[in-house]
Amino acid sequence: MADKVLDAKGLNCPLPILKAKKALKDVDTGGTLEIFATDPGAVADFQAFCRTTGNELVEHSVEDDIYRFIIRKAA
Amino acid sequence: MSDASTGNGANGAQSMSIIVTKGTLDWAYPPFILSTTAAAMGLDVTMFFTFYGLPLLLKDLDLKLSSLGNPAMKMPMAGGHMGMPNIVSALPGVDRAASKMMKNLMKKKGVASIQDLRELAVEADVRLIACQMTMDLFEYGLEDMIEGPELGGAATYIEVATQSDINLFI
Repeated sequence: MADKVLDAKGLNCPLPILKAKKALKDVDTGGTLEIFATDPGAVADFQAFCRTTGNELVEHSVEDDIYRFIIRKAA
Repeated sequence: MSDASTGNGANGAQSMSIIVTKGTLDWAYPPFILSTTAAAMGLDVTMFFTFYGLPLLLKDLDLKLSSLGNPAMKMPMAGGHMGMPNIVSALPGVDRAASKMMKNLMKKKGVASIQDLRELAVEADVRLIACQMTMDLFEYGLEDMIEGPELGGAATYIEVATQSDINLFI
C-alpha cells in the first residue's frame, strides 16, 4: 500500500506531473506515491520525471486504459 | 542523485530560461507548460515576457486565438477535422467563437487553463521578468500585472541566459 494516492485520471499533460510533484511533498523520503492517470503520454513523462529528479519509478502498469505508477521518493 | 545537481543555476540545480513573445491562447501554452514542468523537475526557471507575451502577466486574462492565416488549425469535428478559410476567419466574431470553441475543447480534454498554469508557475517560484521596454511601449504598469513579476531588460535576460542550461525562444 502506497503512502499517498493521487488520482490524475482525466488530466492532460502536464497536469499529472505537476500534481505528482505537489503530492510528493507530502511523502517522506523513502515513502511511495501511487498515481492513477488516463493520459498515455504520462508513461514516458513519469519515466523522464523520475530519471531527472532522482525519484524511483518502482513500477508502472496499465489496465482498462488506466495507467498506474508507483514512485518512491528520493532524498 | 540525478543530473539536477550538476547544472548552472543557483545551488547547482539545472536551469532553463524562456523568452515569451506570443500572447494568444494557443501560443501561451508552450511556455507555461514547459516552465511549470521544468520547475516540477527541479530546474530553476526564468520567463522573460516581451512584446505580445507581456499581456500574459496581466491580472485579467482574456486570451483569444485566430484561425486567420493559420491553415494548420483544424478543429476535430464530426469525426473529421475542419479548417477555416481566411475569408471566414476575417469576419467579425469568428475569432471569439473559435477561441470559445478551443477553450471548451481544452476543458473537455483535461487541459489546464493558462490561469491555472500561471498560478502553478508562481507557486513553483518561477522567476518572471516583464520587459520594461514593452511595458513603456504598450503603456502597462506593474499595477496591471499579477503579483510576482520583476522588471528587466535585454541585459537582465542575457545574464540569466548565460547561467542557464536551456534557453528557449517561444
